[in-house]
Parts: sequence; structure tokens; C-alpha cells
Amino acid sequence: MFATLLKRELMLARRNWVGILIPLFFFVMVVSLFPFAVSPEAEFLQQIAAGVVWVAALLSVLLSLDMFYRSDYQDGSLEQLLIMASPTQVALSKVTAHWLVTGLPLVLMSPVLAGLMHLNYSPDANVATSHTAVMMLSLLLGTPTMCLLGAIGMSLSLAASRNGMLVAVMILPLYVPILIFGSAVITASLTNSGYNAQLAILGAILLFALVLTPFAAGRALKVAVS
Amino acid sequence: MANASKSFGRWFHQLGSPKWFYQKSAKWLPWLWIATAVLLAFGLYYSLFASPVDYQQGNSVRIMYIHVPAAALSMVGYLAMAICAVIGMVWKMKMSFMAMRAIAPVGALFTFICLFTGSLWGIPTWGTWWEWDARMTSELVLLFLYLGFIALHSSFNDRSKADNAAAILALVGAINIPIIYGSVKWWNTLHQAYSVTKKGAIAPEMQTPLFIMIAGFYLLFAIMVIIRLRLEIMNREAKSKWLQEVIS
Repeated sequence: MFATLLKRELMLARRNWVGILIPLFFFVMVVSLFPFAVSPEAEFLQQIAAGVVWVAALLSVLLSLDMFYRSDYQDGSLEQLLIMASPTQVALSKVTAHWLVTGLPLVLMSPVLAGLMHLNYSPDANVATSHTAVMMLSLLLGTPTMCLLGAIGMSLSLAASRNGMLVAVMILPLYVPILIFGSAVITASLTNSGYNAQLAILGAILLFALVLTPFAAGRALKVAVS
Repeated sequence: MANASKSFGRWFHQLGSPKWFYQKSAKWLPWLWIATAVLLAFGLYYSLFASPVDYQQGNSVRIMYIHVPAAALSMVGYLAMAICAVIGMVWKMKMSFMAMRAIAPVGALFTFICLFTGSLWGIPTWGTWWEWDARMTSELVLLFLYLGFIALHSSFNDRSKADNAAAILALVGAINIPIIYGSVKWWNTLHQAYSVTKKGAIAPEMQTPLFIMIAGFYLLFAIMVIIRLRLEIMNREAKSKWLQEVIS
């Protein structure tokens, strides 16, 4: 059942491929604003790279949520899905599709941004650094959590009379812990100290969210169509 | 024992009736007001005039007598909201959702008071009114959670959907409460560790007024919630016969 649901979500996403590219463009554009706004110096950009990339990833996940939920709710197919499968399964299939279609490309795209932000900069040109790989790891563990938490916020606001900003206001506070540990991973890597502990916490948050949030999001979907 | 649990059960069921609560709470409120006024008047006098000056902080230590009770209530309020959410979702008690709705703005207010007095206290003692320390950050997140809850609840045309959706959000956000509570223990940052009830950590001449103030704040919180709850009942039960009889 889960596979069927996932296949449906992915098929819908493929037919709407421009809509999928938009969050990626957004991600790149937001990050590339910072050198203009702050300073194009490599040493300086390197210091803020972690936070900038993480915040941009967070916002583009948040903004891409809409297309996975809104149209299904509006044309009534969400109701049919909830009759067909358990709410938890429906929520989980949407989260999985959302991550595969936006979260994973963000992770794959991030080295380009790391390049733009001079993340691998080192005063000594002969020393190779691995900051970019560390950043990818942190995003790999962080983006699924973003999709999971976002699913709750999006599902809750489906039946609300105002949305858009509402999802952000509800969910951004919940993103604070992963943002802290996610950028702490990269900061630790920049100062050449151990970052395994922060990565482990990100992983733990992901597992915790994976167990609980599909249930909450499913409940929320159910409330929306009730 | 059986009798006691029976009478508790009855009391709990009565609490689920808006009519019963509306009529009873009108009788509780004057007493609650008196108790709160006495506690706060005595507590404020004790803490602002009669308690000793801190040998390091001077008179600024007196901010504590507002700051700590407000902080306690900001967390307890959210917890109460989450408990109301669970009761409402599981047993479908309408009073429970009304209480949840009534607590949110009061809790947000106390959270704001906590943050505000905290930053006032920070200027003379830490030399900064804001620091991104674990407890301050999580208290700020708590304020955002309250605001998100209020925003979500007021975005629906359908009241039952609003209640159910906001209840889910309240439960999800409840994760933050243990984080705030434990933050000063887990991360050794600027904010001092928990010391209110720890033996010997705080002088008895300061602890007694602090406890009086905490008790006063609890009552004040209860009064504000009850008043809001009564308004909520009037709002939702506007068409019911008993309420029209009470008003006319």
C-alpha cells in the first residue's frame, strides 16, 4: 500500500517537474544573495556559510511543502486517499516523496553552494579540507526531519482560512533544534574539532521524528478533511 | 477510598459541563481574587522591602521575585494546555478545548513577562540584555510556540477543526518543555542552574518570599484563565438556553 501511495506521489511530482525545480532555484538564489549583501571575502563567507546554507535549505523545504498537500486537499483526492489507507501511511508517503523530490536534490546541490560560499577555503592552498562533505552529511540527516516536521504544519493549516505564512509561523520554532545542531556540525568541522556528537544528535532527532511525526501528520490530515 | 474516587469522578464530569463551570466559577472568583491580592501584596512587600539585598547583585536581585514565578508559569501553562489537548482529543470534552484556548494567551503573556524581566535583570548582572544561551533561546521558542498556536487556532472558520488542529500543534510543541527545563543542566551556558528548591542554594529569607510570589502567580494565572474561559463559554454557548437565562 505504501509503495502504491509513494508511486502516485512521485508520478504527480514528475508531471509537475517545473514546480520541483523552483525550490532548488530558490535555494541557490537565496544563498547567492549573501556575498552581495554581506561581503564577498572568502574568509568571511566561510564563517557564515554553514548558517546560510542551512537556513536556505530550511526555507526551500518549507516553501515546497505546498504542492504536495494543497492540490490533493482542494480536488478531494486527499479524502479518497484517507479512505484507502491509514492516515499515517498517507502522511509518510507524502513525506517520503517530498524528501526524494526536494530534500535529496538540495543535499546533492549543496556542494555547489559550498563552493559559492568558499566553505573549503583554507589559507594554506596545499591543505585540502573536507568541510563540504561534512555539510552534505549534516544536510542528509537534517532535511528528512525538516520534511517530517513540515508535514505536520502543512497538514494542520490545510483547512485553515489563511495559510502560507501560517505554516512558517507554526513550524519554524520546531526547526530551531535541528538548525542549531546542523550548523554546529559544520562549525565544529571548521574549527577542526570532532563533529560526530552533533551528527549523532541530528540522527537521533531524525529517528525520533520518524517514529512520531507521521502519526501526528496523519491525525492532522484527518482533521483537515473531517 | 471508593467514595473519594467516586466523588472525584463526579467532580471531573461536572467540570466537563460549561453550565456547571460557568455558574460555580462565578462563586470562586471573588475568593480567588482575595487570596491572590493577599499573597501578592504580602509577597511583594516581603520581596521588595523586607528581604535582604544580595551581596553581589545588590537590589537587582529583587527582579527574581517576578522573573522566576513568570518563568515557572510559562512552562506550567504550556503543559496544562497540552494536557487539555490530550483530554479533548481522547474524551472529546468540549470544556477541555475551551480551557486550552483560554490558557494560550495567558501563557504567552507570562512567557513574555519572563523574557522581559530576564533581560532587565541581565543588564546589571551579566552586562547584556540578551544572550543566545540555551535557556533564553528555548524560552523564546516557547513564546513562538504559543504565538503559533494562537495563530493556528484563529485561522479556521470551523471551530471544531480549529480545536483539533491546534490540539495537535500543542502536543507537538510540548517537546520543548523538557528541553527548557533541562537546558540549564545539559548545556553549561550563561543562565544559572536550577536552584529554587535545592537545599542551601538560596537563603531562606529569599526563598520564603519567592515561594509566596510563586503561589500568588499561580493564583493570578488561574484567575486570568478562568475569566477567559468564562468568556469562551459565553462565546460558544451563546445559543444555549441556560446562558440566555443567566444573562437576561
